[in-house]
This record gives sequence, C-alpha cells and structure tokens, in this order.
Amino acid sequence: MTASVDTERTITVTVNGVPREATVPVRRLLSDALRHDLGLTGTHVGCEHGVCGACTVLVDGDPVRSCLMLAVQVDGRAVTTVEGLARDDKRGGQLLHPVQEAFRECHALQCGFCTPGFLMTIAAGLDKRDPAAELTEEEVDDMVGGNLCRCTGYANIKKAVHHAAATMKERQ
Amino acid sequence: MKPAPFRYADPGTLDEALAVLSAEGAGAKVLAGGQSLLPLLSMRLAAPATLVDINRVPGLDSVEVTGDGVTVGALVRHNALLRDGAAARVQPLLARATANVAHPAIRNRGTTVGSIAHADPSGEMTSVLALTDGSVTVATPDGAETVGWRDLFVGPLETSLHGPAVVTSAHFSALPPRSGTAFAEVARRKGDYAVCGAGVVVTLDEDRRVAAVRASYVSVGLTPEVHDLTDAVVGKPVDGADWSAAGALARTLVDPDSDLHASADYRRLLVGVLTERTLASAAAEAAGRAA
Repeated sequence: MTASVDTERTITVTVNGVPREATVPVRRLLSDALRHDLGLTGTHVGCEHGVCGACTVLVDGDPVRSCLMLAVQVDGRAVTTVEGLARDDKRGGQLLHPVQEAFRECHALQCGFCTPGFLMTIAAGLDKRDPAAELTEEEVDDMVGGNLCRCTGYANIKKAVHHAAATMKERQ
Repeated sequence: MKPAPFRYADPGTLDEALAVLSAEGAGAKVLAGGQSLLPLLSMRLAAPATLVDINRVPGLDSVEVTGDGVTVGALVRHNALLRDGAAARVQPLLARATANVAHPAIRNRGTTVGSIAHADPSGEMTSVLALTDGSVTVATPDGAETVGWRDLFVGPLETSLHGPAVVTSAHFSALPPRSGTAFAEVARRKGDYAVCGAGVVVTLDEDRRVAAVRASYVSVGLTPEVHDLTDAVVGKPVDGADWSAAGALARTLVDPDSDLHASADYRRLLVGVLTERTLASAAAEAAGRAA
C-alpha cells in the first residue's frame, strides 16, 4: 500500500468532548484550525514559533503548543482548549476549573492575552499531580516557566497556582 | 509566520515512509515531534516540498535498556525518556540532560531522536550522544545502517544523511563502572536554548583516583565535540582534585562563537564555570558508585 500525499485533508477531532470535522490545507497549524476552522478563539496565538506558550492546548490530555502541531496531526485525537476547561454544572451553568477561579481570586491576569495558555498548562500540571503532595516553588516555576506574560510579572500567576493547588487539595 | 505550502503524507509503516521519501525526492523532509521543524517552517527558514510524518509508524516508540546502553526509538518523546527510570540507571546523563530540553509542553511532543537528527549545536541530546559515544540507526531503502556520532554531525543543522532515510533510533552507551555524570546549563530562561551547557563524565580507578574526565558542551562550536580533560586532574584522589584546573583546560580547548545572546568570551567563561561545577558533582557520584 502506498501512503497518499495530500495538500488538503478532512479531519475528525474531538474538541472539548464534541466530535468536529474540518477540511483543512495540510499546512494549517492546529492553532489556526481551532480559531479559524472551528471558531474557538479562546486559544490565543502569540509568537507562532513555540516560545510564548499562549496557544497551549491539551492533546489527549497533555499540554502542547498548538502552533507547533499541524491540524492534520490531531485527526482522530482529543483536543481540550480553554473553552473546555470549565465543567457544566447541574443547573445549566458552568463550574470554573479551580485554576480559573484562582486566576480571578489572585488577579493573575491583566490584559489576558497569555491567560488561556497559562490556564491550560497549569490545569494539566495540577490535574496530573497528587493533590495531597506539597507544591514546591520549583515545581511551580517549572510548570509556568514555558509561558510568557508581559503584564503581571508572574508573582500573581504563581500565587494563583498555589491557590488552585490548595483548592484542589481541599476538594479531593 | 505560516508555513509555506507543502504536501503531506503520514505513512503507516517504515517501508511506506521510505517509499514516499524516495518518490518525493530531495524536497521531502521527515516530521517526527516537529518542535524544531515547525518553527523553521513558520519562519520560512525551511520550505520542504513534502513532509513525511512518521508518527503513525509502529514500533518506534520504545526505550530499550540493556547492560550496554539505552536505545531510544524515533517516536520517544523527551518527557518519556525523562521519566524512564531504567534508562536513567544505566545512563544517568539521559534524564539529566533531557530535563534541560525546552519546556514541559514542548517535551510532551518533541522527540529525542528528532532533536539529534536536527543536529542543532544548541541541542542537548546531540551533545549527550557524543559524550556517551553513541550512534544512530538509519533505515534506508537498501536496509538499515548504524552511523556513529562522529560520522553523523557535519555542521549546524546538517548531518551526513542523504537521500531517503529515516533515523529509527539512537543508542547511548551505558555509564562505565566507577563513573559519575552531571549536566548543567545557563539559559536566559529555564527551558530556553542554552547560552552554554556542559555534560561531563568522570571515571575513577580502583583506588578512587581520577582516571578519565570527558566533557561535551551545548551551544559551543558548530558540531558536538568531546573534550578530554583527564590531563588536568589525572591521578588525583577524587576528594582532592582541583576541578578548576579542568575548567581552565576546557576553556583553552573550546572555540565558541559570538551571537546575539552571548559573546564568545562569555561562552568560554561559562565553559570553565560549568565544567568545574559539573565535575564536582559528577566526581561525587563516581565516588559513591565506586564505594
């Protein structure tokens, strides 16, 4: 069998739990596909070469830079964007993820451009760890070190990580 | 900041991948993790006619650990190698260096073998391949061949591989007995490309005296090199060796370049500092393992 060589493909991807289909040029970055083809503009595009982290989304649960993946590479996979971070509550509203709550509580955003990337990175980082274990400064630095924010100076973002971790420990 | 148009294939087997690479000719490029390749495409520093995505090829995502060393498949992500305890026991440099590769989100996607095939002198794993006297296995339409690190790296971002070829794995030799390693780097921001990085291996003799010291640097020189620093400290007891002498020797051996991030002189200074610092730590480990 010979592999097909294409300039355009139709992909099926589960985005925030919903199966979506899109026909995209093969050079379409995942970040652009989410924003332009699927209308999910919560994922922000900053540097477009993997430095700023603003476009971070989860692919099969792991944080990745969506500007460093092609849309065709997520065919058949599950993508979570910032729009999928809150959960539906029983009354038809939404429950914010503890990291989103913590960003609000700690004033961890100013202009908000970098926020979706931080939220996805931190949510994945905290969701994967044992909430009972003490969260060290080094762990926090490592978690957020790949994301750039030009407004806040990071102090409140780091505060929010601790705040979210404490909430998650309480609720475990 | 968008890639130029290209054609795309994601073959399901290695044979298919080689067939597409052969058919598409010199304009075809292999895509694995893409964490270096996609920025190059987006910045239009590269515009391959065809990308051959090997992510669906089975059998390339395992880490094999034997007494001789660690063989890392082409689709093993940096984070998987970082967390591989068996690999770290046989060659501790792997986890130590991988922890310095970019940021967690990039390590989730980027592959260790891809970063070696990319041959960036700012990459950690090219330097680790050299320091562990490693090699890569390359699949070609004529069969598989093994290429040692000295024959692999030709220049910055350039390997000796030509024609249809897929690097299927990299082999890192085991840490010898009575030896210790360390890896450290200086970067503007943790996870960014290193201004300078150093990996070292210290080997002791049976009397706990220094028998061999080797070092390899990141972001220093055009291709990875291994420098023998043994002469500066040979025969010294492990607790009494003057590691700064080895650092001083290292400074005379390297030939760094200046760029936007650092002058050549500053890099040479860092080579000395990082050499001394890593050797102290590697020697302590070697002493522990020799006990």
